[in-house]
Amino acid sequence: MRLTTGTKVAALLATTALLAAGCSSSDAGDSAGSGDAGDSGDTAAAGPVDLTFWTWAPNMEKVVDLWNAENPDIQVTVNKQDGGDPAVTKLLTAIKAGSGAPDIMQAEYQKIPTLVSSDALADIAGNVGDDVASGFPEGVWNGVTLGSDAVYAVPQDSGPMEFYYRADVFEELGLDVPTTWEEFADAARTVNEADSDMYLGTFSATDAGWFTGLSQQAGASWWGIDGDAWSVDIDSEATKKVADYWGGLVEEGVIDNKPMYTPEWNAALNDGTQIGWLSAVWAPGVLEGNAPDTAGTWEMAAMPQWDASAPATGNWGGSATGVTTQSEHPEQAAEFITWLNTDQEAVNALVKEAGIYPAYTPAQAEALAEPPAFFSNQENFYELAGEIADTAGSFTYGPNVNVAFSAYNDAFGKAAESKSQAEFLDAVDTMQSTTLDDLKNSGFNVSE
Amino acid sequence: MTTTTSPPRTGTTRPARRTRRRLAPWAFLSPAIALFVVFLALPILYSVYMSFRTEQVSGLGLGADSRTEVWNGFSNYAQSLADPEFLASVGRVGIYGLLVVPTMLGLALLFALLLDSRRTRARGFSRISIFLPYAVPAVISSLLWGFLYLPGVSPFYYVFDQLGWDVPSLFSSDLVMFAVANIAVWGGTGFNMVVIYTALKAIPSELYEAAELDGCTQKGIALRIKIPIVVPSIIMTSVFSMIATLQVFAEPTTLKPLSNTISSTWTPLMKVYRDAFVRGDLYSAAATSVIIALATFVLSFGFLRLVQSRAFGQEK
Repeated sequence: MRLTTGTKVAALLATTALLAAGCSSSDAGDSAGSGDAGDSGDTAAAGPVDLTFWTWAPNMEKVVDLWNAENPDIQVTVNKQDGGDPAVTKLLTAIKAGSGAPDIMQAEYQKIPTLVSSDALADIAGNVGDDVASGFPEGVWNGVTLGSDAVYAVPQDSGPMEFYYRADVFEELGLDVPTTWEEFADAARTVNEADSDMYLGTFSATDAGWFTGLSQQAGASWWGIDGDAWSVDIDSEATKKVADYWGGLVEEGVIDNKPMYTPEWNAALNDGTQIGWLSAVWAPGVLEGNAPDTAGTWEMAAMPQWDASAPATGNWGGSATGVTTQSEHPEQAAEFITWLNTDQEAVNALVKEAGIYPAYTPAQAEALAEPPAFFSNQENFYELAGEIADTAGSFTYGPNVNVAFSAYNDAFGKAAESKSQAEFLDAVDTMQSTTLDDLKNSGFNVSE
Repeated sequence: MTTTTSPPRTGTTRPARRTRRRLAPWAFLSPAIALFVVFLALPILYSVYMSFRTEQVSGLGLGADSRTEVWNGFSNYAQSLADPEFLASVGRVGIYGLLVVPTMLGLALLFALLLDSRRTRARGFSRISIFLPYAVPAVISSLLWGFLYLPGVSPFYYVFDQLGWDVPSLFSSDLVMFAVANIAVWGGTGFNMVVIYTALKAIPSELYEAAELDGCTQKGIALRIKIPIVVPSIIMTSVFSMIATLQVFAEPTTLKPLSNTISSTWTPLMKVYRDAFVRGDLYSAAATSVIIALATFVLSFGFLRLVQSRAFGQEK
């Protein structure tokens, strides 16, 4: 008797694994039917229109309050999200379910092809004025059109990459700011020789976006569209050059191999054992939070270059604001996101409250008059940042960025742990084959 | 349901009363059945259904009508079972289980026996403090241990450093298994101890008196009386621990961003999560979940069958 009860309990518990998958898909089934996705905005004649906005930018509600005060007919409610990845997961689930998606969605550039491919973002080309496009750098605008005539979002901020370093330590060691990658390698050696616990930087296998930016700088573009087929070009010469370079420095031991954004890395920034960071224009906010003791000692410069005569940079981070296909008021939603990202007052508020680097060029000068608080020692911070931003090359993201990025984590994690230059190159091949196979298995047209 | 309208005592006919009697248990059961069907049976059936399907993209995959769901037979299963990453994760969980289950249950039994021994002082305090880690959610305890494992911020490594010891990082590829197992042992020992301790408390004290009269030592009592009597509890906790082992997810997922050595498919359930939510492929994730559930069934039943004669033999 006791045995059968025991077995039943065991059997019941065993089903919990099934439930994990079952639950996630069951809400897709249950809630279908209540939303009328695709309804256009013509029903919105009576009463104020209520729009929901999923975003993870800090203090976004304060910026939205400005809009709500001036537009009683179109009221926007901010719904705070945990971050880029979880928000996309939630949105895709809601799209699959047929209801539950917001009207407006913040989306990182690398997620846009995935969202468009899942029919989550509406084409708002008809609702966004033609003059809007001309205010954005071409590479950024390309990220929201995917090279087509459609417009899937309005760019909000961009993350041109720059080199952040501890000016005081550089002075102490008699180092000049490296302008080429060769000089960067020499500087890394000098720093590590001075103190074997001190590094000029780390190779982070957990930040695929960071490595993407470095590859973009070297001239890589990992995906492409040839007619009606996708191409995957992760294992290009440019990416291999970057992987080879970092693999060499890690193998030599002059660049650390631990991930960024860990408590250990935060502490290292603060206690001066990590004295440099190849990061993006939003870095001051991160440094302010993670390394408060080092205030006033950091400076920013352009990235070290592969070819000093043709300066280039990549992008790390940045996002756009789009309208979802489930919104019943795409017209009003498009009006709001155009205001949010291009109106001078809105952009000023975004810079002040959310600390972003606006992508809309005409509004930059006024919004970025002051350097970030943590870099008050560098008066020309945004002037320099603007010059650097102009050198960003273009980069095409594909519909399975998540697959490539998770392949990066696993393959480069292994390579960084083994500290072997050869494995860094193998990791690039692994990323290429994983990404390409995934596209093929899903049935995408792929050209090789 | 005509029976419900007729008054209960007066003119009820015999067949109507019989019907009502037959229906009564179902009425009592219906809430449980409804909950079971809605929250357990249907989701399971749906994920089994999904595991036989897949999504086909056409062309560039951009735009509204580029995705169609199609029948896929056993391909998802074949793919899962042939996936070297899945097999590696199964192997890893096997080693992890061999580390965790015996250590955790061994400690739980030891602590339970110590608490039950007559000479133990501060019994309530000890019981609570051993049990307390179980009350800490796995994500929190993993973050906590994660801090302690990172040489740069760990007070332990600070002490090792001061003593001049060169202790390797627990996140290195050779040791990361122990780092994860340690969290499970820390969190699970208390619960299992309480289960075994409760079984020990139920042993009638005449047995001890008789043993003592026969000249048995405390150690002898523990080995010859207590342990054999609590074997059924140990078996039950083993089954639960094995199932928990197969489903390990929270600890490695929380530790993953702190290290290079935990991949996104480190355990089978992490692979399910990655496939479903990172790759957006719910279909193959469903197939892998079904495989894991079946494996859990087989292992639990197999283990129970293996030990049943020994543990429950006297009840047959």
